[in-house]
Amino acid sequence: MLELKNIEVMYQNVIYVLKGVSLSVDEGEIVALLGANGAGKTTTLKAISGLLKTEQGDVTRGRIEFMGKKIDHMSPEGIVKMGIVQVMEGQRLFKHLSVDENLRLGAYVRGNRGEVAKDLDMVFNYFPKLKELRNRTSGYLSGGERQMLVVGRALMAHPKFMLLDEPSLGLAPFLVKEIFEILKRINADEGTSILLVEQNAFAALSLAQRGYVMEDGKIVLDGLAQELRENEDIKEFYFGLSSIGQRKSYKGVKHYRRRKRWLA
Amino acid sequence: MDTFLQFFISGILNGGIYALIGIGLVLIFKASGIFNFAVGQLLLVGAFATWAFLKWLELPVWLSVLLAMVVAALVGLIIERLVTRPLIGQPVLSAVMALLALSVMLKGVFAFIFGPATVSYPADVLPGTPVSLSGASFSGELTWGFLIAVIVFGIVTLLFYRSRIGLAMRGTAEDHQLAQATGINVKHIFAITWMAAVLVAAIGGIIIGSKVGIGIHFTPLLGVKVIPVVLFGGLESIKGCFVAGLIVGILESIVGGYVDPNLMVITPYAILLLVLLFRPYGLFGQKRIERI
Ligand SMILES: Nc1ncnc2c1ncn2[C@@H]1O[C@H](COP(=O)(O)OP(=O)(O)OP(=O)(O)O)[C@@H](O)[C@H]1O
Ligand SMILES: [Mg+2]
Repeated sequence: MLELKNIEVMYQNVIYVLKGVSLSVDEGEIVALLGANGAGKTTTLKAISGLLKTEQGDVTRGRIEFMGKKIDHMSPEGIVKMGIVQVMEGQRLFKHLSVDENLRLGAYVRGNRGEVAKDLDMVFNYFPKLKELRNRTSGYLSGGERQMLVVGRALMAHPKFMLLDEPSLGLAPFLVKEIFEILKRINADEGTSILLVEQNAFAALSLAQRGYVMEDGKIVLDGLAQELRENEDIKEFYFGLSSIGQRKSYKGVKHYRRRKRWLA
Repeated sequence: MDTFLQFFISGILNGGIYALIGIGLVLIFKASGIFNFAVGQLLLVGAFATWAFLKWLELPVWLSVLLAMVVAALVGLIIERLVTRPLIGQPVLSAVMALLALSVMLKGVFAFIFGPATVSYPADVLPGTPVSLSGASFSGELTWGFLIAVIVFGIVTLLFYRSRIGLAMRGTAEDHQLAQATGINVKHIFAITWMAAVLVAAIGGIIIGSKVGIGIHFTPLLGVKVIPVVLFGGLESIKGCFVAGLIVGILESIVGGYVDPNLMVITPYAILLLVLLFRPYGLFGQKRIERI
């Protein structure tokens, strides 16, 4: 459904960030994209959604295809129209607008007023809390409520494909669990494919069927979620566990070794 | 008492027209953070276009005004396309400089085509019969102009707060990138905003033109007067623009009437200075929501 073929990305024509990234997501799949800070995960999502162009970034090589069509030179709004919606990092809201207005803006791209009420019900079905908060100014919501709102807003567009950038950021563990449960339902009920960027590798790999690991602008590892969960490097890096299952401090991790193996 | 009523109501009537012209500035500032310094010349666009259709083509009033609206909308589109779009992503100051340049250019074009003399409409664009109210009497053009201004102001406000496109405008006003991520074509929104801004300026220009005539030197001064109005109301506030328009209109009329007509011109600025001392964001400036 979505395919990145060896893409390279530069910001301002000089900052070379993605150095040949290839990945694919099939219809109905949930795929996790993991990696350390600054690895280029967000940049990868922006390359897909076209938002790169709003930050003076460009796909300088390779191609991005969605349902067989090349999309890397389309405008962000054109890409949303095709059914790809990115939920940006940090729970970005229209702060001065109400919850209801934020959701309605999510449906803007479809232009179909008649169905908005039905879609609102669909979102409130996934996030009952939002219904109570409907008339609140969204800028004053709590972190968890905001996360629900940004996912809800994306759903209003009826996306075929959702790009989620760190939906667990700043949320309490039980909330992360709740949000991930809902993502799973959305994926199952609406058939929405999901590319999920996460720091919380454990949660992401429990939800996803497959995963990719990025480092310094390249994919260094990929496989089934199950395999990745059991991969020693990932365990060590993300879960802080050594092979015999004990907690281990990051201090002892030999970065160069892990790096070398991933790059090999 | 009658003279007071006379001054007070004249002030309100003028104030409504200031508010109408001001709402164009507010919409553009909200959408793009740009202050439209070309507003004075934009008043002339509608005023002169109507005059040209009436005088040169001898069209009926309603058609001339309608065509002038079309011209205004086109000018709005052109400004967005040629002046402000190339500057997206550049510092706001560049766009402001571009608008000042446009202003100077328009002035030259108007001087060339219409000459420096004051002209007036060959036909009544607005009914000129004075309207009297409990002993006081008001210019017909001003009264009808006020009514039109308030109605148009109301329509624009309603569209901004109640329509789908208005919602997209408000979203764009808050966060351009997020708006794009939501599938809003921000360039279209800017184009629509500029069209609306030049349209309301054109209507303002026609109202003033029908009352006192059109001149390349004095008509734009009205635009300059509207600048303190929107600053006073709070640059991003539609409500503030309306309230400030009326307050400035009333004070100006009363000061001009009772104290000294020469003080009339500086009244808006004096009020503005005072208000900004105590409320730097203007009467209804937007509070920033910062939640960590
Ligand atoms: N708009 C931009 N202009 C210039 N450089 C950028 C821009 N956005 C990101 N970068 C750089 O690109 C690199 C990758 O950034 P990116 O945001 O994609 O990382 P990330 O994997 O999402 O990290 P994190 O986990 O911290 O969110 C970083 O070195 C960053 O400084
Ligand atoms: Mg990121």
